[in-house]
Amino acid sequence: MCLAIPAQLVSEPNDIQMAEVDILGVKRTISVMMTPDARSGDFVLVHAGFAIQVVDEQFAAESLEMLSMMGIKTAAELEAEMGMAADEAEDTGAAPSAASGVTAS
Amino acid sequence: MSGVLDGFRDPAIAAKLVDAIRETATTPCTLMEVCGTHTMAIAKNGLRGLMPQTVKLLSGPGCPVCVTANPDIDLAIEIARQPGIVMTTFGDMMKVPGSYSSLARERAEGHDVRVVYSPLDSLSIAESEPDKHVVFLGVGFETTAPAVALTIREAARRGLPNWSALSLHKTVPGALRALVDDPEVKVTGFILPGHVSTIIGVEPYRFLASEYGVPSVITGFEPVDVLQGVWMLAKQLAEGRAEIEIAYGRGVHAEGNPSAIAAIESTFDGCDAEWRGIGVIPGTGLALKPEFAAYDARVRVPCTPPEPREIRGCQCGDVLRGVVQPFECKLFGRACVPEHPVGPCMVSSEGSCAAYYRYTDYGRA
Repeated sequence: MCLAIPAQLVSEPNDIQMAEVDILGVKRTISVMMTPDARSGDFVLVHAGFAIQVVDEQFAAESLEMLSMMGIKTAAELEAEMGMAADEAEDTGAAPSAASGVTAS
Repeated sequence: MSGVLDGFRDPAIAAKLVDAIRETATTPCTLMEVCGTHTMAIAKNGLRGLMPQTVKLLSGPGCPVCVTANPDIDLAIEIARQPGIVMTTFGDMMKVPGSYSSLARERAEGHDVRVVYSPLDSLSIAESEPDKHVVFLGVGFETTAPAVALTIREAARRGLPNWSALSLHKTVPGALRALVDDPEVKVTGFILPGHVSTIIGVEPYRFLASEYGVPSVITGFEPVDVLQGVWMLAKQLAEGRAEIEIAYGRGVHAEGNPSAIAAIESTFDGCDAEWRGIGVIPGTGLALKPEFAAYDARVRVPCTPPEPREIRGCQCGDVLRGVVQPFECKLFGRACVPEHPVGPCMVSSEGSCAAYYRYTDYGRA
């Protein structure tokens, strides 16, 4: 859940400190409120729609390589791994009930 | 050796680190990581199998979803059941069982529960659906708390009348203190979380070394990073040192991220928080400051959840303290599997039980 992923700013932050980033080829608008010095072209670590740290390009590249080693190559896979996929949780198997045959005390 | 390490970014460096750990760790040590991403990295890359017999790697309370206690999940569910409520949260929270239900089950039964990527998305929902009250359920450690803090401040700036946050956020250092104070927990060194430390820096961990003499290393997420963290801990132990070191300098500055720390401190007050398996730890929760009461779901959507209950036979609490290994739980791999999880450590993709089940033979009991 605390996974943060590298992304490159592809626009200058606007007046409410939102900026466009490229995450694994997907464009997203994120907040750069926590990284007030970030400018277009910079690499940042992104968590929950916010840049949390400016990093250098080499580190960003290494982090992306690590993600790809973890089997994550697309933005959708990444969000699934981060527990943030919008299409998750279609079933209700988690409830502590008949599904597992175990009852709560 | 190189065969085992084929998947590593740099097998040569990994092999050298494994050798260095073997040479350095001459006396037995128990190292605990407290980060779900470390749990996954260690399990997925088989790092336990590369350790000498002297080095035991344990997983602690590093998965924010897993440590969320039943009464808190029950409260979120009760809020989601109130008329006119849209409950929004991260996907991780959906399947986590409370005492009687989960948010996923509530959604299946017709309540409006939605997964968002960023807490800011929930503000947009509130703006486009003014006849509903949108609640954002905030769960996570210091990595996530600043994003939610800034979202609360943004809601206040926009003067949104129909949005509030339920903060179940927790902070890590106080939980580490509770662990080293627990006589059942035998930890000789901590592998500290990378991205929590990106936010808070080194200072909040100092007490581990200065008061308890427990060496700790802030560690990154690549297999090579984790091996480096283990080696640095083994070295501190061998040399009789106890310090807070950084093995993840590329992602962590010693001072953390001052803007993010300021966001947390200006929006939340510390409060007592219940951790699954550990109990109430003073000061490890984050409650909205009184000046943000208009954006606090506890104030805006008052309700009383049913009396909580624990899941019979589930040992997630002991697993989270590192007292019981996942495969030692009677339910593990039998009644509790990823398809039909019983406890949160099997539900969450980065829970210890899910990691053991997915990547080790223990899962095939």
